Amino acid sequence: MNDERQFCTFYLKNLFFGVEVLNVQEVLRYQDMTRVPLAPDVVKGLINLRGQIVTAIDLRKRLHMDPRENEELPMNVVLKTDEGAVSLLVDEIGDVIEVNDNNFEEPPETVNNVTRELVKGVYKLEEQLLLILDTEKAVNVA
Amino acid sequence: MNEDIQKQLVQDFVEESLEGLERFDQELLALENGASTGETLNNIFRIIHTVKGTSGCLGLTKIESLSHVGENLLVKVRDGELEAHQSMITTLLTFSDALQNMMASLSNHGNEGDTDHTGLKAELERLLSAESATEPAKSVQPQEPTIQEKPQEQDEKVSESKVPEDESISTTAAKAPDNPDDTKAQEQCWGLYDDEPEAEDTSSKAQEQRWGIFDESGESDTSKAIESEPQSQPSENSEPPISTIKKETDSEAKTQENKSVAEGSIRVDVNHLDRLMNLVGELVLSRNQIVQRVSNYEDSALQSACQRLNLIATELQEGVMKTRMQPIGNVWQKFPRVVRDVSLELSKKVRLDMVGKETDLDRTLIEAIKDPLTHIVRNAIDHGIETPAERANNGKSEEGILLLRAYHEGGQVNIEIIDDGKGIDPEKIKLKAVEKALISHEEAGRMNDRDAFALVFQPGFSTAPKVTNLSGRGVGMDVVKTNIEKIGGSVDIQSEFGQGTTIKIKIPLTLAIIPALIVTSASERFAIPQVSLLELVRLDGDDVNKAIEFIDGTPVYRLRGNLLPLVYLNKELKIDHENENDLDCVNIVVLKADGRSFGLIVDEINDTEEIVVKPLAKQLKGLQAFAGATIMGDGHVALILDVLGLAQHAHVITEVGSKSAFDNQEDRSNAGDDKHTMLLFEAGDNHRLALPLSLVDRLEEFDKEIIEHSGESEVVQYRGQILPLIRVQNYVNTFSNENSSTANDDTMQVVVYSENGRSVGLIVGNIKDIVEESLEVKHLTSSRGLSGSAVIQDHVTDLLDVRDIIAQADPDFFIEKNESIV
Repeated sequence: MNDERQFCTFYLKNLFFGVEVLNVQEVLRYQDMTRVPLAPDVVKGLINLRGQIVTAIDLRKRLHMDPRENEELPMNVVLKTDEGAVSLLVDEIGDVIEVNDNNFEEPPETVNNVTRELVKGVYKLEEQLLLILDTEKAVNVA
Repeated sequence: MNEDIQKQLVQDFVEESLEGLERFDQELLALENGASTGETLNNIFRIIHTVKGTSGCLGLTKIESLSHVGENLLVKVRDGELEAHQSMITTLLTFSDALQNMMASLSNHGNEGDTDHTGLKAELERLLSAESATEPAKSVQPQEPTIQEKPQEQDEKVSESKVPEDESISTTAAKAPDNPDDTKAQEQCWGLYDDEPEAEDTSSKAQEQRWGIFDESGESDTSKAIESEPQSQPSENSEPPISTIKKETDSEAKTQENKSVAEGSIRVDVNHLDRLMNLVGELVLSRNQIVQRVSNYEDSALQSACQRLNLIATELQEGVMKTRMQPIGNVWQKFPRVVRDVSLELSKKVRLDMVGKETDLDRTLIEAIKDPLTHIVRNAIDHGIETPAERANNGKSEEGILLLRAYHEGGQVNIEIIDDGKGIDPEKIKLKAVEKALISHEEAGRMNDRDAFALVFQPGFSTAPKVTNLSGRGVGMDVVKTNIEKIGGSVDIQSEFGQGTTIKIKIPLTLAIIPALIVTSASERFAIPQVSLLELVRLDGDDVNKAIEFIDGTPVYRLRGNLLPLVYLNKELKIDHENENDLDCVNIVVLKADGRSFGLIVDEINDTEEIVVKPLAKQLKGLQAFAGATIMGDGHVALILDVLGLAQHAHVITEVGSKSAFDNQEDRSNAGDDKHTMLLFEAGDNHRLALPLSLVDRLEEFDKEIIEHSGESEVVQYRGQILPLIRVQNYVNTFSNENSSTANDDTMQVVVYSENGRSVGLIVGNIKDIVEESLEVKHLTSSRGLSGSAVIQDHVTDLLDVRDIIAQADPDFFIEKNESIV
């Protein structure tokens, strides 16, 4: 097996995240959402994705980060999951990059709880660190 | 063979075997009831044989070895060497259960599970050896996992048997060369899984076999050809022995029948259907979008193309929905077994009758009602039907009757479970409820029988004097009720003490596409399923402040003299509201949940639409206020309100026994008393007319300007169709025809009546009110168009005979659609 992996990357505040390309259905610009009253507050709303109803999760909220500035519209990273598509709202979309497994390391204990729970590990890239999101846990908010 | 194919093979095997085993159970029961034919035994044997053979092919040793033991026993039974008595049938049913469990485990976990079946095997072997000391060696057959083993073994058996008829069979069987058997057996083995027709295999017989195995209805003839070889060699076989000719012609005839069924139907993966249904859903949405836009253009070609699209989409939708329909008999199939097991355990005698097996409903609903129905059936036997001795004492026949009946009515499916057992004693129920502190003494005293029966649906309620294995654990009927309500249905219970109990379930035909009312609250749109909708009330101007009153802060409205609790949708959903104080009108949507009514206050009432229900993602499953989401014509997502959940959320539904007067009245009218809900209106001057609300499809107000003409009749374009209009006053004798003043000069009120998919609009004068009264109909008038007169709200009111009027105006209306549309 090849130890090169491809990740779809995005930014949240100043953090650089990646999710495995195979888990990503598509990447979209900001979409209109229908908010869901009474829902957990990480659920930002519902998106009509070509007839499919997709739940949008505010990843900043999920990671207990401060909310986005008002005028900044989030982008969608739509993930394939067993229960259908789920969209993660992120600040900015990066490239799809290829990384080598040799550069992988688990997050150190000192990283704050929520983040450590949701980050599977870190790839040490030359210019910055790439945090790999545990998508299964990230969308599990019920 | 790579892993995927192996997986697919196993999955196919599981599906077919489960189906087979279901039939196995049925046939066993038929055998037990003495309803067996020669075919029954053959069928029973054949099913197990197929399971054994295929499991061998797939290397499923546990299933194979268990079915092998079972098969050995069944061979004896089939050959008449053993008598199938009750305990043997019980063991065989357990055997079938064990196989089914292994199948389930195979499908869920990919292995046969680790249940130990030694005890069961021993039991089967005991049955085999205990009563046929003649051949003790048979039970230790070598366990080669090959299908070839079969014909030999069978020949052996057949030749050993002493029944004269079989002797002649054995001769042919012996004559038959071994080879064809083998190839055929192999064909069976491959044919099961091979979707690609083999190139060299073009003879129709081979084809038939392959399909036959795939198809339930066709299976009997093919596998018979394989297994009970001599009796049903297909007709090209040279010389059937004389003693079997009669049988053969019988089965030939049957084969013909089966074949035509097999050819007329194919098996389709349920997922494909679901996908198709989703696509049709999309199509309906796009259609809605287009229809909405097109109405802005004045291009008649576009309009008519759009009309056509509209019609086709509707028909397609209906067509696809039909493919998802399954007869309710599919669920009922397992009830004979349930009834047998339960009644045996309780030493009761119960006969199960089923009427309306062919009643269709959506497959998702079939799934959903399975458990509730099973529960009710068990309950009916456990609590309803008495022991034979009790029944004899009460002058009933010893055998209790349990009747399952299903039929379509008014776009819904009704399912009734009727027993002729001891019925429910309302006093006992009330006593129990008081004991359990579900209701107070006073409430018990006031309560009528109907309300008392409804108490059994309360959580934590059980009247069974002792808790049995089967029911009476206090969970049950309430779960039944919630499950049925979850799918938009309702349960009702009626009982005559000493005579029996009837449980009536009403469920919608389908859940995928439903009519819904779209409302707006705090500039968000919500869809409310029309089944929960009772009526709409709009309060204007001064009324707003006067009409809504408060009891300790809780808003209520007097609806026709009864208090209707009000719920503000925006407050309930905690969505902000900018202009709360300067409302100049209030829209109340009167809803019904759990037999109780409440008014939901929304900002705007938009329209009704057919919506496609989409489930919410698991992140939102916990929200009881929403039943799902849908996509509106403009592409935005709207949430569908779960009326029951919302009512619970708003504490409209809290505890039993505190029903408002309003609800009681509702109930009474439902109970089929003399109360009727009538629509009151005027035609001409002060001519009071009424018609039953049940005949009204919708009430509409049209601008007079939109009336168009088609031939001699007046029509309007209505929901994408042409709605013919009938002026009621032209058909009834009103005293002042010349002054046909309606409520308002530019609008007219129209009652829409629908039948057989056709609609007609009745132009009436002022619509006055909707009243609920018991009618004493007097036949004073003999004029056409009226069915009589009654006093409603202290005024003499003529009752309109709607069908008569429509028939006068359009004699073709009640004739089937196909004939009248050219």
